[in-house]
Amino acid sequence: MNFIIGAFKPACHISVSFSDGKSRKQVPLKKENGQTLMVPLFQSQENILGKISIEPVSGKKVEHNGIKVELLGQIEMYFDKGNFYDFTSLVRELDVPGELYERKTYPFEFSTVEMPYETYNGINVRLRYVLKVTINRGYAGSIVEYQDFVVWNYTPPPAINNSIKMEVGIEDCLHIEFEYNKSKYHLKDVIIGKIYFLLVRIKLKNMDLEIRRRESTGSGVNTHVETETLAKYELMDGAPVRGESIPIRLFLSPYELTPTYQNINNKFSVKYYLNLVLVDEEDRRYFKQQEITMFRLAETS
Amino acid sequence: MKKKKHHIISLMKYFHDFCGVEWLFYDLGVDEFSALWINWSSFLLTCFCLRYLLCTVGSVYIRSKEAPAKDVLKDLIEMCRGIQHPVRGLFLRSYLSQVSRDKLPDIGSEYEGDADTAMDAVEFVLQNFTEMNKLWVRMQHQGPARDKEKREKERSELRDLVGKNLHVLSQIEGVDLDMYRETVLPRVLEQVVNCKDEIAQYYLMDCVIQVFPDEYHLQTLETILGACPQLQPSVDIKTVLARLMERLSNYAASSAEVLPVFFQVEAFAKLNIAIGKVIEAQDDMPVYGAVTLYASLLTFILHVHPDRLDYVDQILGACVKKLSGKGKLDDSKATKQIVALLSAPLDKYKDIDTALKLSNYPRVMEHLDNGTNKEMSNVIIQSIMKNRTYISTAEKVEALFELIKGLIKDIDENHQDELDEDDFKEEQNSVARLIQLLYTDDTEEMMKIIHTVRKHILTGGPKRLPFTVPPFTFSALKLVRRLQSQNENVSGEEAAATPKDIFQILMQTIEALSSVPVPELALGLYLQCAEAANDCDLEPVAYEFFTQAYILYEEEISDSKAQVTSIHLIIGTLQRMHVFGVENRDTLTHKATGYSSKLLKKPDQCRAVYACSHLFWLDEHNDMKDGERVMLCLKRALRIANAAQQMANASRGSSGSVVLFIEILNKYLYFYEKGVLQVTIDSIQSLIELIKQEMSGENTTADLSADAFFASTLRYIQFQKDKGGVVAEKYSPIKAEFAETS
Repeated sequence: MNFIIGAFKPACHISVSFSDGKSRKQVPLKKENGQTLMVPLFQSQENILGKISIEPVSGKKVEHNGIKVELLGQIEMYFDKGNFYDFTSLVRELDVPGELYERKTYPFEFSTVEMPYETYNGINVRLRYVLKVTINRGYAGSIVEYQDFVVWNYTPPPAINNSIKMEVGIEDCLHIEFEYNKSKYHLKDVIIGKIYFLLVRIKLKNMDLEIRRRESTGSGVNTHVETETLAKYELMDGAPVRGESIPIRLFLSPYELTPTYQNINNKFSVKYYLNLVLVDEEDRRYFKQQEITMFRLAETS
Repeated sequence: MKKKKHHIISLMKYFHDFCGVEWLFYDLGVDEFSALWINWSSFLLTCFCLRYLLCTVGSVYIRSKEAPAKDVLKDLIEMCRGIQHPVRGLFLRSYLSQVSRDKLPDIGSEYEGDADTAMDAVEFVLQNFTEMNKLWVRMQHQGPARDKEKREKERSELRDLVGKNLHVLSQIEGVDLDMYRETVLPRVLEQVVNCKDEIAQYYLMDCVIQVFPDEYHLQTLETILGACPQLQPSVDIKTVLARLMERLSNYAASSAEVLPVFFQVEAFAKLNIAIGKVIEAQDDMPVYGAVTLYASLLTFILHVHPDRLDYVDQILGACVKKLSGKGKLDDSKATKQIVALLSAPLDKYKDIDTALKLSNYPRVMEHLDNGTNKEMSNVIIQSIMKNRTYISTAEKVEALFELIKGLIKDIDENHQDELDEDDFKEEQNSVARLIQLLYTDDTEEMMKIIHTVRKHILTGGPKRLPFTVPPFTFSALKLVRRLQSQNENVSGEEAAATPKDIFQILMQTIEALSSVPVPELALGLYLQCAEAANDCDLEPVAYEFFTQAYILYEEEISDSKAQVTSIHLIIGTLQRMHVFGVENRDTLTHKATGYSSKLLKKPDQCRAVYACSHLFWLDEHNDMKDGERVMLCLKRALRIANAAQQMANASRGSSGSVVLFIEILNKYLYFYEKGVLQVTIDSIQSLIELIKQEMSGENTTADLSADAFFASTLRYIQFQKDKGGVVAEKYSPIKAEFAETS
């Protein structure tokens, strides 16, 4: 995991532990190399405190020009890989220049850290939080250790949450009315609704409801938009007749959704859409896309 | 999937079985259920698989009693809407129905809910039924028109899936009469009527009739009947109604206790009105359809209101109305139904009297084509025969003949030869048998009957008369004999009907046979009448009959074989006549012997002549014993036998049989025994010798039967001799040893 000094034999072991590490909730985090590891979960305004212990490899002394720990909030755009843009950066000096002969432990504390954005792993963009421990060494290069953690921010249920109701159609061909019970859903929500067929003159084969994520990065002419379908749920099989009403009952929890992100640090946005797709017997697709707002609801447990 | 579309039904069935894995989930808790459901839906399973699994899980969920059955079921049924593909939808919903049927919140069930629990159960099944029916109907409209037949076949394979719901409904404990009347039936019928699909309407109506209890039908007759005229015109509504009536009929027949209910709900009136409406509404309903309906209604009446002949007549009347203007029917189905319609009352009442009272009965029969009309007439006759009903008034006889006139006379003179000869004989034989059953003990009425019968049979034409006149004659003669015996008992009273009158009628009736002509038959009948007249001591009448017989013999019977038969008949009858005075008798016997000796063949002559000998010796009447003439006859017979022998010699070179001689010998012996003095031992002896001589003659051809005949005759003589007493004495002088011939 320590990719920076991976080539060298480390001169010392650095480990970071959080003071409430045992009780704090851990969530999976997908790393760049595809591995998933469990990391602690924080939210904005929390105190992040713990200990960093440094243990030189036995018998060796480590000279250094000072030790520090940084809390970084970074955005990495994939077209500019390796280049992190830090939107948050806090530093704590741990030690003045000197020598380490034996294991030494430093407490650290970042109080009420402002972490407005959530950890996010998208297609073209990644937002991460990390604790970076640096042992400055003049001649041999610094020894750096990273500790990832995840930030989720909870939103209270919205005061106004209207349903989405709409009549759409192709003249003299297909008229439907659909209704989703809300316009804002939390991540473990259930989409309840129905599709009412007002006029059916084409032979439908089936009808799906898709959850689509639209991730846009960059700005202006450089805006890059990536859309992926996260869920495809078959609502209806076969051809309905006029007057038929098909229920929707879609559980969101199995899908890897995030809240809607609006213009995060002017770097990117993530939006969610419900896409209703009707397919006729000639495999022609008729669809209507509706944006929904996703939010993270504080877990009651 | 598309290529294997024709397999889709069997595939469905497999899947169905595969998903019946409810038990796998029995140990799961509620949270696990929802986890399962949530996970499955993210597997991108097809809508269909998902719903199937959902139903499975849902049913287990109900079983766990974590949530009220009502709510779960409501949810499940709602989710099933996602399957709009007709076949898949049907199977899914049928599966739902299957897994839920033991989990309905029915009264008394362990899943019972609050006060409206039965209603919830009913609501669930009704909804599922409605949706399934919609899918089922929709099958019809999918795919190209040319596959219509195939689809209909597929549909009928699947119909039980829909019908099963009705069965489930009927099993719900909470469906009492009120609920059935207020909710179940109206909702089901609403769906049936509104789906406007011929196959569905027919099947479902039938289903409703079959699955729900009889008493419910009885109490809701109006509702179910009210739906009938609203069905598609192409629906075979007559079969539906017929089944309903059949059920009700059987119900009525099952126990007398239920009958009051039938009266109370005025079942008949309702059915009658409904049928009227249906026939009116389905204008193009084939005649046989209407008739089938009437026939079923009739069966119903016969079971429920056996005493209401007016109802029966009313139905027949309605039937006549429907048939009016249609003339003879040439639709075999319709005629078959009419036969059924007309046979029903016969079978029920086992009494033709009842049918005869139905004024519309013959009017319905008139619409049958000639063949069927006859067939129906036969049915009527068979019924009379079977029940041995006597038709006892002239009026009824009149009505009966009106009914079966197809057999009595040619209705349509243009084509009468098409009928098979055997069939014709068969049917006329039936008529003949029927005539025997037109009978009453009341002689006066019987006289009227005879008049009526005569009137009708005389219209039958030459082909029928030979069949009908004989039974009529005998029937009339029977009356004569009855009158005769009555007269003996109550003498002096002037009866309305006298034998004389009857003989007059008979005379005229038999005369009618001359148009056929069947002289032999007529002759026989004349002689029968003569004999009856003889018994009534009506000499002139008897003489007249004989005269007629003789005239026939002389003028009409020219065939020699017929002559032989007839002359023997004449001789036989004449022999029994005692009413004649000497003069009349002489005339008649003289004629008879005259005829005898004029027969063509010698042996026939011989036999007739020796038979005539009996005319002159009547045991019981001393004034009719004339040995001379007996002997005269016998001698004449002998002469003829001789002549016959010689003729045989001349023509074939061998002498003929001696049988005639042996026969004459037997006559000799007979009269000898009777004490005719002119028959002497000598004459017998010489005859025996003659026969022996003939038999041993050179030219004789061996005739075993003659030998045996002679031998037994001789044995008889010997036997009489051995008897002892007077007889033996008489016989002893006769030498009758049989000489062995070489």
